Amino acid sequence: MTEQKLVVSRTRMRFNQLISGAREFASVYMRSKPGLLGLAILFFFIFTAVFAPFISPYNPYTRVDRPLRPPSNKYILGTNDIGQDIFSELIYGTRVSLTIGFLAALCTVVIGTLVGVVSGFLGGSVDEVLMRFTDVIMILPNIPLLILLMAIFGRQSYFIMILAISITGWTGTARMVRSSTLSIKERAYVEASKAIGAGEGHIILKHILPNVSPLIMATMIYQVAGAMMSEAGLSFLGLGDPSTKSWGMVLHYAQTSGGWYANQGYPAWWWIVPPGLLIALTVASLVLIGQTMEEIINPRLRRR
Amino acid sequence: MKNLSVSLIDREDSIAIVEGVDLSIREGETVGLIGPTGAGKTITAKAILGILQPIGAGKPPWSIEGEALYKGRDLFELSEEELRELRGNEVSMIFQKPTGSLNPILEVGEQTGEPVDAHEEIERQRLRDMVIDHLGKVELPDARRRFRFFRHQFSGGEAQRIMIASALICNPSLIIADEPTSDLDVTVQRQVLELLKRVKKKFGLSMLLITHDLGVIAEMSDYVYVMYAGRIIEHGDVYEIFEDPKHPFTRGLLRSAPRIDSDHFELEGMRGELPQPPYDVPGCVFHPRCNHVKDMCREKKPTLTEYKPGHYVACLQTDEI
Repeated sequence: MTEQKLVVSRTRMRFNQLISGAREFASVYMRSKPGLLGLAILFFFIFTAVFAPFISPYNPYTRVDRPLRPPSNKYILGTNDIGQDIFSELIYGTRVSLTIGFLAALCTVVIGTLVGVVSGFLGGSVDEVLMRFTDVIMILPNIPLLILLMAIFGRQSYFIMILAISITGWTGTARMVRSSTLSIKERAYVEASKAIGAGEGHIILKHILPNVSPLIMATMIYQVAGAMMSEAGLSFLGLGDPSTKSWGMVLHYAQTSGGWYANQGYPAWWWIVPPGLLIALTVASLVLIGQTMEEIINPRLRRR
Repeated sequence: MKNLSVSLIDREDSIAIVEGVDLSIREGETVGLIGPTGAGKTITAKAILGILQPIGAGKPPWSIEGEALYKGRDLFELSEEELRELRGNEVSMIFQKPTGSLNPILEVGEQTGEPVDAHEEIERQRLRDMVIDHLGKVELPDARRRFRFFRHQFSGGEAQRIMIASALICNPSLIIADEPTSDLDVTVQRQVLELLKRVKKKFGLSMLLITHDLGVIAEMSDYVYVMYAGRIIEHGDVYEIFEDPKHPFTRGLLRSAPRIDSDHFELEGMRGELPQPPYDVPGCVFHPRCNHVKDMCREKKPTLTEYKPGHYVACLQTDEI
């Protein structure tokens, strides 16, 4: 190997390291059938979200026909109370639901990791204060708190909804990251690092975070599922942005605009069932992915 | 170079773990610190560097008394920031478990360079060159290729070489080696010790070598301190200690180790068990296990007294035994 090849830049080196790690992870992951199924479903939805304008047959925001038409060749899932195509609504809704799910999960995990690492690493009174604070947030019932937050601050804003979901959801992650940090900071290499004069920031960045990151990744997937359900629930209750279409929002209108008896006195099933199924399917795919990742990270869970 | 006296007190019950230890290391000298498991050797070393961890969560921190003079500065008076500067740059430590001391998910090259990285901003390329250079100096085979490997791709001996390279990379003047070879098998032990000897000479280092292995001490050090139950009980020149041990514990220790140059194959054990802290034995801490015990040993605490020039013993009966 030549001298020039050896002197690779740090980012390049990190990148290579990441690639080789990811490749190893992927090769194990590909052996899991449930994992692949979950990934396939999720990719299908992501694809739908990205290419929504090309896939949906109609503009979901304009009236295309008479209201409350049952499914037909022209409208796969019929129309809603103001004559919009429900199939197109749901395709566009994928965008909103997934975006909120991932963004809220990201915020949740960032807050949780920060609190967990700081609490576990510094210990002492900082740990005590942060953990008691975590306990307080944890025992507050999540859904009522979310509703309250949304009702006070965030009516009709998805930005506030993401914040509200992260504010109520970070506690579990913080606990997990803290306990993991506690065990990692006692390892010999952390002591060795201290002995050669490394500061706290250096130890956290170089030793603690890389070692908790697999755990964080797996939690994050579950958080996405949780955040998507929170979004659906809040939107269903009418706390979402009424001008945007998400799956929860579609359900909300079905509920408030008479979806339960719009089909000649019977529920308009084409309006109510599909969004519910989509939410369930996405959450299921995320859980499958999360479980597969956990099995890789924690081999004790692996079935033989 | 320094004159160190450490007392450690666990504040809850104020248990003295190490008491009144005086230790001095002159420039370029290797000083051996020998004693049984739990005698307080490692605690002494960690106290010097200020890296003692409270035992368990919520326990009170250690209280350290006394002074540790290094090049005229008292380490216990330094701020955490100043201490951090000193660690790695001036005083480095090598730990017992080489594989455990390497982070499994960092490349060894990166960890070898960690002391530099922790202290100063340095160009990646220069650090890389330094790391390869130092890995070469500790005779790690194929360092150029392998500095990108991870710890599980190295043997225990190689891992310890990497730790030594890491300890040396900032050109410290004192190395504290805490049982550097206890975790290695015998042939590798030999290689690592030879290596330590060579780099010590090359870099003009002073070394504090902590071990319970008499062979290692005899091989490596110029001066020996014998520690028992948190106290120094005898110290002197290495030849002096091995030829004419005066403290009954040191004698027992030497007698219980095999010697290649003697026809005497029977090894003697020492009776009794290691004392556990708190050491609230009245009189001499060693008296319950001593073969020469007299009444005064049960009452009076011995102090280190000069037996020959440069040979100190803490025993009340030095002249009789």
